[in-house]
Amino acid sequence: MSDTIYALSSGVGRAAIAVVRISGPQALPALKHLAGVCPKPRQARLLVLRRSTGEVLDRALVLYFRGPRSDTGEDIVELHLHGSRAVVQAVLAELAAIHGLRPAEPGEFARRALINGKKDLLDVEALADLIDADTELQRRQALEGGGSLLRGKADLWRRMILEVRADLEATIDFSDEGDVADHLDSQAERILTTLRDEMLMALRQAERGEHIRDGFVVALCGPPNAGKSSLLNALAGRDVAIVSPIAGTTRDRIEVSLDVQGMPLRIVDTAGVRESDDPIEQEGVRRAMAAAEGADLALWLSPADAPSAPTHDFSGVVVHTKDDLVQGPSGALSVSAQSGSGLAELIGYLAVTARDRLSGEPVVLTRARHVGAVKDAVSGIQEALYAVDRPEICADALRRAERRMEQLLGRVDVEDVLGEVFSRFCIGK
Amino acid sequence: MFHVKQSQTQFDVIVVGGGHAGVEAAGAAARLGAKTALITFDRANLGMMSCNPAIGGLGKGHLVREVDALDGYMGRCADIAGIQFRLLNRKKGAAVQGPRAQIDRALYRTAVQEAVLETENLTLVEGEVSDLVVAGARVAGVRLADGMELLAGSVVLTTGTFLKGVIHLGDKNWPAGRQGEKPSNLLAERLGALDLPLGRLKTGTPPRLDGRSIDWSAVGLQEGDASPEAFSFLTSRIRNKQVTCGVTRTTDSTHDVVRRNVGRSAMYSGSISGRGPRYCPSIEDKIMRFGDRDGHQIFLEPEGYQSSLIYPNGISTSLPAEVQEDVVHSLPGLERVRIVQPGYAIEYDFVDPRALDPSLELKAMPGLFLAGQINGTTGYEEAAAQGIVAGINATRKAGGQEPVIFDRSQSYIGVMIDDLVTRGVTEPYRMFTSRAEYRLTLRSDNSDRRLTALGHSIGVVGARRAEVFSRREKNIRRGREMLEERTLSPTQGDRFGLELKKDGAMRRGWDLLAYADIDFSALLKIWPELNDINPSVRSALETDAKYSVYEERQRREIEQSRKDRDVVLGEALIYDGMAGLSVEIAQKLTLIRPRTLDQASRIEGMTPAALALVAAHARRNRA
Repeated sequence: MSDTIYALSSGVGRAAIAVVRISGPQALPALKHLAGVCPKPRQARLLVLRRSTGEVLDRALVLYFRGPRSDTGEDIVELHLHGSRAVVQAVLAELAAIHGLRPAEPGEFARRALINGKKDLLDVEALADLIDADTELQRRQALEGGGSLLRGKADLWRRMILEVRADLEATIDFSDEGDVADHLDSQAERILTTLRDEMLMALRQAERGEHIRDGFVVALCGPPNAGKSSLLNALAGRDVAIVSPIAGTTRDRIEVSLDVQGMPLRIVDTAGVRESDDPIEQEGVRRAMAAAEGADLALWLSPADAPSAPTHDFSGVVVHTKDDLVQGPSGALSVSAQSGSGLAELIGYLAVTARDRLSGEPVVLTRARHVGAVKDAVSGIQEALYAVDRPEICADALRRAERRMEQLLGRVDVEDVLGEVFSRFCIGK
Repeated sequence: MFHVKQSQTQFDVIVVGGGHAGVEAAGAAARLGAKTALITFDRANLGMMSCNPAIGGLGKGHLVREVDALDGYMGRCADIAGIQFRLLNRKKGAAVQGPRAQIDRALYRTAVQEAVLETENLTLVEGEVSDLVVAGARVAGVRLADGMELLAGSVVLTTGTFLKGVIHLGDKNWPAGRQGEKPSNLLAERLGALDLPLGRLKTGTPPRLDGRSIDWSAVGLQEGDASPEAFSFLTSRIRNKQVTCGVTRTTDSTHDVVRRNVGRSAMYSGSISGRGPRYCPSIEDKIMRFGDRDGHQIFLEPEGYQSSLIYPNGISTSLPAEVQEDVVHSLPGLERVRIVQPGYAIEYDFVDPRALDPSLELKAMPGLFLAGQINGTTGYEEAAAQGIVAGINATRKAGGQEPVIFDRSQSYIGVMIDDLVTRGVTEPYRMFTSRAEYRLTLRSDNSDRRLTALGHSIGVVGARRAEVFSRREKNIRRGREMLEERTLSPTQGDRFGLELKKDGAMRRGWDLLAYADIDFSALLKIWPELNDINPSVRSALETDAKYSVYEERQRREIEQSRKDRDVVLGEALIYDGMAGLSVEIAQKLTLIRPRTLDQASRIEGMTPAALALVAAHARRNRA
């Protein structure tokens, strides 16, 4: 008999509502203990929750899902509490006192869903991505990419490799029965080439997938006092939400993650670029240029009061700042962090550029695990193509490619995959 | 050797059946020191080859070498009785080459019988086994049809096609174990009472022809290899004179005859329910399923020096005898051929091998081991390989020792047994090189280095073999050292016509030999002292070197998948009613009881979701 687990499944901190989930055979008795009644499955009830002493804890919306028709496959009770820390703490403390209940471990709800056959490995992986999604684009990627899309693709690839390999194996194992070819025919080579190219395409797309998860990086460059920090602050304060500011040293860089019209953006403020003898400042400049290079888009800020041309190795877009002092050239991007003029246009420009790069077909390979498997499969296929005149080597390369697809699908080496997938979950999922 | 006289006799191991599985099982048990009884209907049939007069082939040749590495009979006897040796896939890499030989049936039978007679601890018993003696839940011996009881710690059944065997020839059929021999129906009923999962399979054999009535000038000829390659690591040279085989092809008129009469074939008229092999199919199958193409090749194989019989490999059939006449007469060169014995199909019971442990012991009946066609396999080599494993483990069981399990990463034997006990069979199981995922490592040339040390440590390998093996191993090690000590720069290589990348790096002789286009003779020009290495060791070194990079890679792969092999699915796991598991998969898991997660992943129809489920449950049980 499995334990009954509980956890706060909504975010930590003050909110209008907090959801506590209880899953397992004791879920319903626990609810009876708190509310004195058992609601019908799949019907919302507003109930008063009390301590065993009779003291009122909260008035909560309560849902009951009877297993196996529930997310985990077990009985689940959801308590939609008022979202104050005090209420949540009090309810959790009361649950802890009930015999047979214990706090859930990270990923335990998902693991139970897996164990009870409600989700498979790829579903669980996609779920982890969905939980991590901050922006609209990330949400869509988690829902549309990975999961079933990946399952379909990987299975198709696996079958294509298998088919070619079956033909090849026949040339090896039936060569004594006459009437079979010596090695792979040109049609099989064409199939492998097509397959390899399709996988390479998926790998390129995966880079976009990574971008969607990690954000589209915009580097702010330019001379000292070009208005980089002001612009960063202005961007962070208008029409965008700060997701997580990460402070570096002032000579290094400052970074802000933003959701701009559904696009995940990471704006990086770099040290001012100028000739300097100060070794520390030189290092800052070197890092600034490296950041510009590593970014998806680099903006060179040129202040209207002291116009500055980008250094010769800069590739990016010039933005004229301090627009309130001197009007920038017409047609160019021009802003004033002070007055806010031009900011909307700049934000629009960033969103459009990011969308161009990040949008497209749903990404198939959303994880390093997926990318690794497909990269190996590509190199296997490539090796097979090199070795067509050595059938047993060719077949072995294809076998390895096929096995990587099976790993991807969770058909083999399951322990490794399970370990990796669950290592990413937090409590309550 | 003696005949059993008493009404009750005690043995360590009893082997039922004197075919290829039976003699290897009995031989292995006897070599391990078990007091062994081998029971057969007729001792004159020991070592009889009931189908084609050939041993070895692709995948099968690997099995013969592995049986040989464990000191079995098959390779040695085939070397004595072989009359045409060919190394198949000679143009391809060593890993997929398969030694094969045409065999003189009479010589082979004599060789096997002599080898069995020479084996100590082995008693031959003639009789029909009618029943098992069971004590408690465990097998304790067998009862013969004449009422005599023989007792033993374990029993190995190798009954081939004799369990409820029925021969079909056109619209006629009759019970038989093989042509001219009665089936073992009493034993089949006894096994039926054990409630084992039984199935039915069929296999066929072609008509036997009188070679004197063949126009040899009208058929193609196939010669053996100029320097025949032996099966056994003990055989230094093949002494037999090599014979020639013929090759002909089916024609349009062959196809017409088959098509017109296919309704009269036992197989096609629906009187056979068992499933036949997809490979080695009957001529009916070939033509009905694969159509005319440009005809199908038929090999005309001599059955022996003293025999005028020819075995036409490729036209196994269950058509009526008179139609078989028309079929063979439609083949070029065979227009006037005389059929000595018509072909037939045989249908028989087999035990679903998923009911076995990898030791080949029946899960439901401790002490009872099964090997050979009774487990749904086809072929002498497959039978012999199972026989040796069953013989080893029956002996260990009788002596209270843990079984020896052959791993997939170690041998074709391991691949075959894992396939059988994990996936079961839907058609007679035949070995192929493509069944072995670590094929580049599991080569027929290194079978001894993979298995003989193991065989020696458990005691199944005799003194002579052990000595030959250790000498060969020492020579290979020594040769490898010589190759590793000698180095050459790219510039020096130029002088010997070797095109090496001019990177200034020194290459060892071993490294050079790993290149696809550098062979041992090239090294002899550079270092004449390598001539001291004997030719068989040279060829072993060359193959080792050429595959070394792939072997290394496969070793890493085996290591990588170790985690799944380390997850033991204990008896505590109850699959029945496990939420999320389909009834079908739960039933399979319950029947097969995979020992590890890795084995479970190979079960037919296993889905990733089900596998994750099992893995997660195993984790929870461990925690």
